[in-house]
Amino acid sequence: MSVPRFWRKQPQRYNIIGTKCETCGSHFYPPRTICPQCRRDGKIVDHKFRGTGKVVTFSIIRTASEPYDYEAPFPIAIIELDEGTRMTAPVVCDLDEMEIGMPVQATFRKIVADGDSGMIVYGTKFVPVK
Amino acid sequence: MVGIITYGAYIPRFRVKTEEIARVWGANGAEIAAGLGVMEKAVPDLDEDTLTMSVNAARFALDRRYVNPDEIGAIYVGSESHPYAVKPTAATVGEAIGATPVMTAADYEFACKAGTAGIQTCMGLVKSGMVKYGIAIGADVAQGAPGDALEYTAAAGGAAFVIGNEDVIAEINHTCSFTTDTPDFWRREGQDYPRHGGRFSGEPAYFKHIQGAARMMLEKMGTEPSDYDYAVFHQPNAKFPRNVAAMLGFTAEQIKPGLAVPRLGNTYSGAVPVGLSATLDIAKPGDRIFVTSYGSGSGSDAFDITVTDAIETLIDRKAAPSVEDLLNNKKYIDYAVYAKHKGKIVRAA
Repeated sequence: MSVPRFWRKQPQRYNIIGTKCETCGSHFYPPRTICPQCRRDGKIVDHKFRGTGKVVTFSIIRTASEPYDYEAPFPIAIIELDEGTRMTAPVVCDLDEMEIGMPVQATFRKIVADGDSGMIVYGTKFVPVK
Repeated sequence: MVGIITYGAYIPRFRVKTEEIARVWGANGAEIAAGLGVMEKAVPDLDEDTLTMSVNAARFALDRRYVNPDEIGAIYVGSESHPYAVKPTAATVGEAIGATPVMTAADYEFACKAGTAGIQTCMGLVKSGMVKYGIAIGADVAQGAPGDALEYTAAAGGAAFVIGNEDVIAEINHTCSFTTDTPDFWRREGQDYPRHGGRFSGEPAYFKHIQGAARMMLEKMGTEPSDYDYAVFHQPNAKFPRNVAAMLGFTAEQIKPGLAVPRLGNTYSGAVPVGLSATLDIAKPGDRIFVTSYGSGSGSDAFDITVTDAIETLIDRKAAPSVEDLLNNKKYIDYAVYAKHKGKIVRAA
Protein backbone atom coordinates (compact mmCIF):
# COMPACT_ATOMS: atom_id res chain seq x y z
CA MET A 1 0.00 0.00 0.00
CA SER A 2 1.35 3.39 -1.00
CA VAL A 3 1.22 5.71 2.02
CA PRO A 4 1.63 9.00 0.10
CA ARG A 5 -1.14 8.00 -2.31
CA PHE A 6 -3.68 7.89 0.52
CA TRP A 7 -2.22 10.95 2.26
CA ARG A 8 -2.71 13.04 -0.91
CA LYS A 9 -6.39 12.12 -1.01
CA GLN A 10 -7.10 12.91 2.65
CA PRO A 11 -9.22 16.04 2.05
CA GLN A 12 -11.45 14.10 -0.36
CA ARG A 13 -11.62 10.96 1.76
CA TYR A 14 -12.09 12.58 5.18
CA ASN A 15 -14.27 15.56 4.35
CA ILE A 16 -15.70 14.98 0.84
CA ILE A 17 -13.93 18.02 -0.53
CA GLY A 18 -14.54 18.32 -4.25
CA THR A 19 -14.83 21.33 -6.52
CA LYS A 20 -17.49 23.65 -7.83
CA CYS A 21 -17.66 25.76 -10.99
CA GLU A 22 -18.67 29.23 -9.94
CA THR A 23 -19.64 30.07 -13.54
CA CYS A 24 -22.34 27.41 -14.01
CA GLY A 25 -22.79 26.12 -10.44
CA SER A 26 -21.88 22.48 -11.21
CA HIS A 27 -20.31 20.43 -8.42
CA PHE A 28 -17.63 17.79 -8.95
CA TYR A 29 -16.53 14.82 -6.90
CA PRO A 30 -13.82 13.63 -7.29
CA PRO A 31 -12.63 17.19 -7.86
CA ARG A 32 -12.20 18.41 -11.42
CA THR A 33 -9.80 21.19 -12.27
CA ILE A 34 -11.65 22.20 -15.48
CA CYS A 35 -15.42 22.52 -15.89
CA PRO A 36 -16.47 20.35 -18.86
CA GLN A 37 -19.31 22.78 -19.71
CA CYS A 38 -17.66 26.15 -19.24
CA ARG A 39 -14.13 25.17 -20.30
CA ARG A 40 -11.89 28.24 -20.16
CA ASP A 41 -14.79 30.40 -18.88
CA GLY A 42 -15.24 28.21 -15.83
CA LYS A 43 -14.00 29.23 -12.39
CA ILE A 44 -13.21 26.20 -10.27
CA VAL A 45 -13.07 26.48 -6.46
CA ASP A 46 -12.89 23.88 -3.66
CA HIS A 47 -16.23 22.78 -2.25
CA LYS A 48 -16.87 20.85 0.95
CA PHE A 49 -19.95 18.71 0.43
CA ARG A 50 -22.50 18.58 3.24
CA GLY A 51 -22.33 14.78 3.25
CA THR A 52 -26.06 14.17 2.84
CA GLY A 53 -27.70 12.54 -0.13
CA LYS A 54 -29.69 9.52 -1.32
CA VAL A 55 -28.99 6.09 -2.76
CA VAL A 56 -29.33 6.06 -6.55
CA THR A 57 -28.52 2.37 -6.88
CA PHE A 58 -26.46 -0.24 -5.08
CA SER A 59 -24.88 -3.65 -5.23
CA ILE A 60 -24.21 -6.13 -2.43
CA ILE A 61 -20.59 -7.27 -2.44
CA ARG A 62 -20.57 -10.86 -1.26
CA THR A 63 -17.17 -11.94 -2.56
CA ALA A 64 -14.81 -9.12 -1.80
CA SER A 65 -11.15 -9.01 -2.64
CA GLU A 66 -8.53 -8.88 0.08
CA PRO A 67 -8.29 -6.97 2.40
CA TYR A 68 -11.99 -6.09 2.34
CA ASP A 69 -13.17 -9.71 2.48
CA TYR A 70 -13.55 -9.76 6.26
CA GLU A 71 -16.36 -7.20 6.01
CA ALA A 72 -18.37 -9.02 3.30
CA PRO A 73 -21.23 -9.02 2.58
CA PHE A 74 -21.56 -5.22 2.40
CA PRO A 75 -23.40 -2.72 0.18
CA ILE A 76 -21.67 -0.36 -2.22
CA ALA A 77 -23.88 2.41 -3.50
CA ILE A 78 -23.92 5.24 -5.98
CA ILE A 79 -25.00 8.17 -3.86
CA GLU A 80 -26.38 11.40 -5.21
CA LEU A 81 -25.18 14.15 -2.92
CA ASP A 82 -27.64 16.96 -2.16
CA GLU A 83 -25.48 19.40 -4.12
CA GLY A 84 -26.11 17.34 -7.24
CA THR A 85 -23.11 15.16 -8.01
CA ARG A 86 -22.74 11.42 -7.51
CA MET A 87 -20.14 9.34 -5.72
CA THR A 88 -19.57 5.65 -5.07
CA ALA A 89 -19.20 4.63 -1.44
CA PRO A 90 -19.95 1.82 1.02
CA VAL A 91 -23.13 2.12 3.09
CA VAL A 92 -23.03 0.77 6.64
CA CYS A 93 -26.37 -0.88 7.45
CA ASP A 94 -28.19 -4.21 7.42
CA LEU A 95 -28.47 -5.60 3.90
CA ASP A 96 -32.28 -5.64 4.06
CA GLU A 97 -32.29 -1.93 4.97
CA MET A 98 -30.76 -1.00 1.61
CA GLU A 99 -33.25 0.69 -0.67
CA ILE A 100 -33.05 2.88 -3.76
CA GLY A 101 -33.91 6.43 -2.75
CA MET A 102 -32.88 5.91 0.90
CA PRO A 103 -31.56 9.12 2.49
CA VAL A 104 -28.00 8.71 3.79
CA GLN A 105 -25.42 10.81 5.58
CA ALA A 106 -21.65 10.62 5.75
CA THR A 107 -19.88 8.98 8.67
CA PHE A 108 -16.20 8.53 9.47
CA ARG A 109 -14.95 4.93 9.31
CA LYS A 110 -11.89 2.81 8.89
CA ILE A 111 -11.47 1.85 5.23
CA VAL A 112 -8.59 -0.60 5.43
CA ALA A 113 -5.56 -1.49 7.52
CA ASP A 114 -2.29 -2.61 5.98
CA GLY A 115 -1.74 -5.74 8.09
CA ASP A 116 -0.79 -5.49 11.76
CA SER A 117 2.03 -2.99 11.34
CA GLY A 118 1.14 -0.87 8.31
CA MET A 119 -0.93 2.28 8.15
CA ILE A 120 -4.65 2.43 8.82
CA VAL A 121 -6.63 4.27 6.17
CA TYR A 122 -9.72 6.20 7.27
CA GLY A 123 -12.40 7.84 5.20
CA THR A 124 -16.06 8.40 4.46
CA LYS A 125 -18.79 5.80 4.38
CA PHE A 126 -22.52 6.45 4.57
CA VAL A 127 -25.21 5.45 7.05
CA PRO A 128 -29.00 5.67 6.69
CA VAL A 129 -30.48 8.89 8.07
CA LYS A 130 -32.46 7.87 11.18
CA MET B 1 -16.01 31.93 32.62
CA VAL B 2 -14.43 28.81 31.15
CA GLY B 3 -16.86 26.08 30.28
CA ILE B 4 -18.45 23.84 27.67
CA ILE B 5 -19.31 25.44 24.32
CA THR B 6 -20.90 22.32 22.82
CA TYR B 7 -20.70 18.53 23.17
CA GLY B 8 -21.40 15.32 21.28
CA ALA B 9 -21.40 11.61 22.05
CA TYR B 10 -20.97 8.55 19.88
CA ILE B 11 -21.98 4.95 20.60
CA PRO B 12 -21.73 2.12 18.04
CA ARG B 13 -25.02 0.33 17.30
CA PHE B 14 -24.08 -3.27 18.12
CA ARG B 15 -24.88 -4.79 21.53
CA VAL B 16 -24.05 -8.08 23.19
CA LYS B 17 -25.97 -9.11 26.28
CA THR B 18 -24.24 -9.97 29.54
CA GLU B 19 -26.16 -13.27 29.56
CA GLU B 20 -24.79 -14.15 26.10
CA ILE B 21 -21.19 -13.67 27.27
CA ALA B 22 -21.94 -15.72 30.41
CA ARG B 23 -23.46 -18.51 28.29
CA VAL B 24 -20.17 -18.99 26.46
CA TRP B 25 -18.13 -19.19 29.66
CA GLY B 26 -20.59 -21.40 31.53
CA ALA B 27 -21.40 -18.72 34.09
CA ASN B 28 -24.72 -17.65 35.56
CA GLY B 29 -25.65 -14.73 33.31
CA ALA B 30 -28.64 -13.50 35.28
CA GLU B 31 -26.59 -13.43 38.46
CA ILE B 32 -23.66 -11.60 36.81
CA ALA B 33 -25.93 -9.05 35.09
CA ALA B 34 -27.70 -8.35 38.37
CA GLY B 35 -24.45 -8.18 40.34
CA LEU B 36 -22.81 -5.73 37.92
CA GLY B 37 -26.03 -3.95 37.05
CA VAL B 38 -24.98 -4.21 33.39
CA MET B 39 -27.49 -5.84 31.03
CA GLU B 40 -25.69 -5.31 27.72
CA LYS B 41 -22.71 -3.51 26.26
CA ALA B 42 -21.91 -1.60 23.07
CA VAL B 43 -19.66 -3.31 20.51
CA PRO B 44 -17.88 -1.50 17.66
CA ASP B 45 -18.54 -2.29 14.02
CA LEU B 46 -15.75 -3.98 12.06
CA ASP B 47 -14.63 -0.59 10.75
CA GLU B 48 -14.92 1.40 13.99
CA ASP B 49 -12.20 2.21 16.49
CA THR B 50 -11.37 4.94 19.00
CA LEU B 51 -10.38 7.31 16.21
CA THR B 52 -13.58 6.95 14.17
CA MET B 53 -15.72 7.33 17.31
CA SER B 54 -13.72 10.41 18.33
CA VAL B 55 -14.23 12.03 14.92
CA ASN B 56 -17.95 11.26 14.90
CA ALA B 57 -18.42 12.55 18.47
CA ALA B 58 -16.53 15.78 17.60
CA ARG B 59 -18.60 16.23 14.43
CA PHE B 60 -21.83 15.75 16.41
CA ALA B 61 -20.62 18.45 18.83
CA LEU B 62 -20.02 20.81 15.91
CA ASP B 63 -23.41 19.92 14.38
CA ARG B 64 -25.03 21.27 17.54
CA ARG B 65 -23.24 24.61 17.36
CA TYR B 66 -21.08 26.30 14.76
CA VAL B 67 -17.52 26.79 15.91
CA ASN B 68 -15.03 28.23 13.44
CA PRO B 69 -12.57 25.34 12.92
CA ASP B 70 -9.72 27.85 12.52
CA GLU B 71 -10.33 28.98 16.10
CA ILE B 72 -9.90 25.48 17.53
CA GLY B 73 -6.38 25.66 18.91
CA ALA B 74 -6.04 22.35 20.72
CA ILE B 75 -7.35 18.80 20.50
CA TYR B 76 -6.72 16.10 23.11
CA VAL B 77 -8.02 12.56 22.79
CA GLY B 78 -7.94 10.46 25.95
CA SER B 79 -8.09 6.70 25.45
CA GLU B 80 -6.42 3.40 26.31
CA SER B 81 -7.14 2.07 22.82
CA HIS B 82 -5.57 4.54 20.42
CA PRO B 83 -5.32 2.71 17.06
CA TYR B 84 -1.60 3.46 16.79
CA ALA B 85 1.01 3.10 19.52
CA VAL B 86 2.81 5.99 17.80
CA LYS B 87 0.81 8.37 15.59
CA PRO B 88 -1.67 10.72 17.19
CA THR B 89 -5.41 10.09 17.07
CA ALA B 90 -5.90 13.79 17.85
CA ALA B 91 -4.18 14.94 14.63
CA THR B 92 -6.54 12.85 12.49
CA VAL B 93 -9.52 14.23 14.44
CA GLY B 94 -8.19 17.73 13.70
CA GLU B 95 -7.91 16.94 9.99
CA ALA B 96 -11.39 15.40 9.87
CA ILE B 97 -13.07 18.46 11.42
CA GLY B 98 -11.02 20.96 9.43
CA ALA B 99 -9.13 22.39 12.41
CA THR B 100 -5.61 21.72 11.10
CA PRO B 101 -2.92 23.03 10.75
CA VAL B 102 -2.77 25.87 13.33
CA MET B 103 -3.48 23.82 16.44
CA THR B 104 -1.72 21.71 19.03
CA ALA B 105 -2.73 18.09 19.54
CA ALA B 106 -1.82 15.09 21.65
CA ASP B 107 -3.14 11.76 22.78
CA TYR B 108 -3.67 11.16 26.47
CA GLU B 109 -3.68 7.94 28.46
CA PHE B 110 -4.68 7.62 32.11
CA ALA B 111 -6.79 4.45 32.10
CA CYS B 112 -10.43 5.55 32.34
CA LYS B 113 -9.87 9.23 33.15
CA ALA B 114 -7.82 10.42 30.16
CA GLY B 115 -10.89 12.19 28.71
CA THR B 116 -11.41 14.36 31.78
CA ALA B 117 -7.66 15.06 31.89
CA GLY B 118 -8.14 16.48 28.38
CA ILE B 119 -10.94 18.73 29.62
CA GLN B 120 -8.63 20.08 32.34
CA THR B 121 -5.85 20.72 29.81
CA CYS B 122 -8.23 22.60 27.52
CA MET B 123 -9.50 24.63 30.49
CA GLY B 124 -5.94 25.72 31.25
CA LEU B 125 -5.20 26.67 27.65
CA VAL B 126 -8.47 28.60 27.33
CA LYS B 127 -8.15 30.37 30.69
CA SER B 128 -4.58 31.42 29.95
CA GLY B 129 -5.64 32.81 26.59
CA MET B 130 -3.36 30.47 24.64
CA VAL B 131 -6.28 29.15 22.56
CA LYS B 132 -9.85 30.31 21.93
CA TYR B 133 -11.33 26.82 21.78
CA GLY B 134 -9.99 23.41 22.75
CA ILE B 135 -11.58 20.02 22.14
CA ALA B 136 -11.32 17.25 24.72
CA ILE B 137 -12.44 13.77 23.76
CA GLY B 138 -12.68 10.61 25.85
CA ALA B 139 -13.29 7.44 23.84
CA ASP B 140 -12.42 3.77 24.00
CA VAL B 141 -12.89 0.40 22.45
CA ALA B 142 -12.43 -1.07 25.90
CA GLN B 143 -10.34 -4.19 26.19
CA GLY B 144 -11.27 -7.16 28.34
CA ALA B 145 -9.66 -10.59 27.93
CA PRO B 146 -11.93 -13.46 26.87
CA GLY B 147 -13.38 -15.06 29.99
CA ASP B 148 -12.10 -12.29 32.28
CA ALA B 149 -14.54 -10.43 34.54
CA LEU B 150 -13.87 -7.27 32.48
CA GLU B 151 -15.29 -8.89 29.37
CA TYR B 152 -18.83 -8.50 30.72
CA THR B 153 -18.52 -4.73 30.74
CA ALA B 154 -15.70 -3.59 28.36
CA ALA B 155 -17.63 -1.54 25.79
CA ALA B 156 -17.18 1.04 23.02
CA GLY B 157 -18.17 4.70 22.93
CA GLY B 158 -17.03 8.22 23.67
CA ALA B 159 -17.85 11.89 23.80
CA ALA B 160 -16.31 15.22 22.80
CA PHE B 161 -16.44 18.61 24.51
CA VAL B 162 -15.52 21.94 23.00
CA ILE B 163 -14.11 24.09 25.78
CA GLY B 164 -14.11 27.89 25.57
CA ASN B 165 -14.50 31.09 27.51
CA GLU B 166 -17.43 32.95 25.98
CA ASP B 167 -21.12 32.08 25.70
CA VAL B 168 -20.65 28.70 27.34
CA ILE B 169 -23.62 26.35 27.73
CA ALA B 170 -22.17 25.15 31.04
CA GLU B 171 -19.69 26.94 33.27
CA ILE B 172 -16.99 24.83 34.87
CA ASN B 173 -16.82 26.51 38.27
CA HIS B 174 -13.87 24.50 39.52
CA THR B 175 -11.83 21.35 38.91
CA CYS B 176 -9.50 19.45 41.20
CA SER B 177 -7.75 16.09 41.13
CA PHE B 178 -6.62 13.35 43.51
CA THR B 179 -3.78 11.13 42.26
CA THR B 180 -1.60 8.36 43.74
CA ASP B 181 0.47 5.43 42.45
CA THR B 182 -2.01 2.58 42.93
CA PRO B 183 -1.43 -0.59 40.85
CA ASP B 184 -5.04 -1.77 40.49
CA PHE B 185 -5.13 -2.19 36.69
CA TRP B 186 -2.54 -1.99 33.93
CA ARG B 187 -1.64 -3.08 30.42
CA ARG B 188 1.97 -3.47 29.35
CA GLU B 189 3.25 -2.38 25.92
CA GLY B 190 2.31 -4.89 23.22
CA GLN B 191 -0.23 -6.74 25.36
CA ASP B 192 -3.73 -7.11 23.97
CA TYR B 193 -5.55 -7.10 27.29
CA PRO B 194 -5.16 -5.38 30.64
CA ARG B 195 -4.58 -7.14 33.95
CA HIS B 196 -6.19 -6.05 37.16
CA GLY B 197 -6.18 -6.62 40.87
CA GLY B 198 -9.75 -7.91 41.08
CA ARG B 199 -11.31 -6.66 44.32
CA PHE B 200 -8.23 -4.50 44.91
CA SER B 201 -9.64 -2.18 42.20
CA GLY B 202 -12.45 -1.26 44.62
CA GLU B 203 -11.70 0.10 48.06
CA PRO B 204 -8.07 1.35 47.80
CA ALA B 205 -8.53 2.40 44.18
CA TYR B 206 -11.96 3.50 42.85
CA PHE B 207 -13.58 4.45 46.16
CA LYS B 208 -10.54 6.11 47.72
CA HIS B 209 -9.76 8.30 44.73
CA ILE B 210 -13.31 9.30 43.78
CA GLN B 211 -14.04 10.18 47.39
CA GLY B 212 -10.70 11.98 47.68
CA ALA B 213 -11.40 14.25 44.71
CA ALA B 214 -15.11 14.65 45.45
CA ARG B 215 -14.65 15.61 49.10
CA MET B 216 -11.88 18.05 48.12
CA MET B 217 -14.31 19.66 45.68
CA LEU B 218 -17.17 19.90 48.21
CA GLU B 219 -14.82 21.45 50.76
CA LYS B 220 -13.33 23.94 48.31
CA MET B 221 -16.74 25.04 46.99
CA GLY B 222 -18.41 24.97 50.41
CA THR B 223 -21.22 22.83 49.00
CA GLU B 224 -23.26 19.81 50.04
CA PRO B 225 -24.35 17.01 47.70
CA SER B 226 -27.90 18.37 47.94
CA ASP B 227 -26.72 21.60 46.25
CA TYR B 228 -26.35 19.69 42.96
CA ASP B 229 -29.13 18.65 40.60
CA TYR B 230 -27.12 15.85 38.99
CA ALA B 231 -23.97 13.85 39.62
CA VAL B 232 -21.86 11.72 37.28
CA PHE B 233 -19.29 9.24 38.59
CA HIS B 234 -17.04 6.87 36.71
CA GLN B 235 -19.06 3.78 35.94
CA PRO B 236 -17.08 0.54 35.45
CA ASN B 237 -20.34 -1.18 36.44
CA ALA B 238 -23.58 0.14 37.96
CA LYS B 239 -22.73 -0.96 41.49
CA PHE B 240 -19.62 1.18 42.07
CA PRO B 241 -21.12 4.59 41.11
CA ARG B 242 -24.29 3.83 43.10
CA ASN B 243 -22.21 2.93 46.15
CA VAL B 244 -19.82 5.87 45.92
CA ALA B 245 -22.75 8.25 45.41
CA ALA B 246 -24.37 6.93 48.58
CA MET B 247 -21.09 7.16 50.53
CA LEU B 248 -20.77 10.83 49.53
CA GLY B 249 -24.44 11.64 50.18
CA PHE B 250 -25.76 11.84 46.61
CA THR B 251 -29.11 10.24 45.83
CA ALA B 252 -30.01 7.63 43.22
CA GLU B 253 -32.11 10.29 41.46
CA GLN B 254 -29.13 12.64 41.09
CA ILE B 255 -26.99 10.03 39.30
CA LYS B 256 -29.77 8.45 37.22
CA PRO B 257 -29.56 10.56 34.00
CA GLY B 258 -25.78 10.16 33.77
CA LEU B 259 -25.70 6.44 34.55
CA ALA B 260 -25.43 4.97 31.07
CA VAL B 261 -23.54 1.82 32.10
CA PRO B 262 -26.51 -0.58 32.50
CA ARG B 263 -27.28 -0.32 28.76
CA LEU B 264 -23.84 0.73 27.50
CA GLY B 265 -21.17 -1.07 29.51
CA ASN B 266 -17.91 0.52 30.60
CA THR B 267 -16.47 2.70 27.85
CA TYR B 268 -13.31 3.36 29.91
CA SER B 269 -12.12 6.88 28.92
CA GLY B 270 -15.55 7.46 27.37
CA ALA B 271 -17.52 6.58 30.52
CA VAL B 272 -17.73 9.91 32.36
CA PRO B 273 -17.80 11.93 29.10
CA VAL B 274 -20.81 9.91 27.88
CA GLY B 275 -22.46 10.20 31.33
CA LEU B 276 -21.92 13.97 31.32
CA SER B 277 -23.30 14.18 27.75
CA ALA B 278 -26.42 12.27 28.80
CA THR B 279 -26.88 14.70 31.68
CA LEU B 280 -26.40 17.75 29.43
CA ASP B 281 -29.00 16.22 27.08
CA ILE B 282 -31.71 16.79 29.70
CA ALA B 283 -30.23 19.66 31.77
CA LYS B 284 -31.97 23.01 32.15
CA PRO B 285 -30.45 26.45 32.74
CA GLY B 286 -29.29 26.80 36.33
CA ASP B 287 -28.81 23.05 36.90
CA ARG B 288 -25.65 22.21 38.79
CA ILE B 289 -23.74 19.04 37.91
CA PHE B 290 -21.12 17.28 40.04
CA VAL B 291 -18.70 15.12 38.05
CA THR B 292 -15.91 12.82 39.22
CA SER B 293 -13.98 10.50 36.93
CA TYR B 294 -11.66 7.67 37.92
CA GLY B 295 -8.67 6.24 36.12
CA SER B 296 -6.77 3.24 37.37
CA GLY B 297 -3.23 3.72 38.37
CA SER B 298 -4.86 5.89 39.96
CA GLY B 299 -6.54 9.25 39.91
CA SER B 300 -9.81 11.14 39.92
CA ASP B 301 -10.75 14.50 38.37
CA ALA B 302 -13.71 16.35 39.90
CA PHE B 303 -15.70 19.12 38.19
CA ASP B 304 -18.35 21.50 39.50
CA ILE B 305 -20.51 22.60 36.57
CA THR B 306 -23.42 25.04 36.25
CA VAL B 307 -25.62 24.95 33.15
CA THR B 308 -26.35 28.38 31.64
CA ASP B 309 -29.24 29.87 29.65
CA ALA B 310 -27.16 29.35 26.50
CA ILE B 311 -28.00 25.62 26.53
CA GLU B 312 -31.47 26.61 25.31
CA THR B 313 -30.53 29.50 23.06
CA LEU B 314 -27.06 29.07 21.57
CA ILE B 315 -26.99 25.36 20.74
CA ASP B 316 -29.41 23.08 18.96
CA ARG B 317 -29.29 19.92 21.04
CA LYS B 318 -31.54 18.12 18.54
CA ALA B 319 -29.03 18.66 15.71
CA ALA B 320 -27.13 15.57 16.89
CA PRO B 321 -28.30 12.33 18.50
CA SER B 322 -28.73 12.33 22.29
CA VAL B 323 -27.15 9.55 24.36
CA GLU B 324 -30.67 8.12 24.71
CA ASP B 325 -31.04 8.10 20.89
CA LEU B 326 -27.68 6.36 20.56
CA LEU B 327 -28.54 3.77 23.23
CA ASN B 328 -31.85 3.02 21.54
CA ASN B 329 -30.29 2.58 18.08
CA LYS B 330 -29.11 -0.98 18.60
CA LYS B 331 -28.71 -4.36 17.02
CA TYR B 332 -28.00 -7.44 19.11
CA ILE B 333 -25.26 -9.82 18.07
CA ASP B 334 -24.19 -13.16 19.53
CA TYR B 335 -20.84 -13.92 21.13
CA ALA B 336 -19.31 -15.27 17.92
CA VAL B 337 -20.06 -12.11 15.93
CA TYR B 338 -18.98 -9.99 18.90
CA ALA B 339 -15.68 -11.89 19.00
CA LYS B 340 -15.15 -11.15 15.30
CA HIS B 341 -15.99 -7.46 15.74
CA LYS B 342 -13.48 -7.16 18.59
CA GLY B 343 -10.77 -9.02 16.68
CA LYS B 344 -10.77 -11.89 19.19
CA ILE B 345 -11.14 -14.27 16.27
CA VAL B 346 -9.62 -13.58 12.87
CA ARG B 347 -9.95 -15.32 9.53
CA ALA B 348 -6.99 -17.53 8.68
CA ALA B 349 -4.72 -16.07 6.02
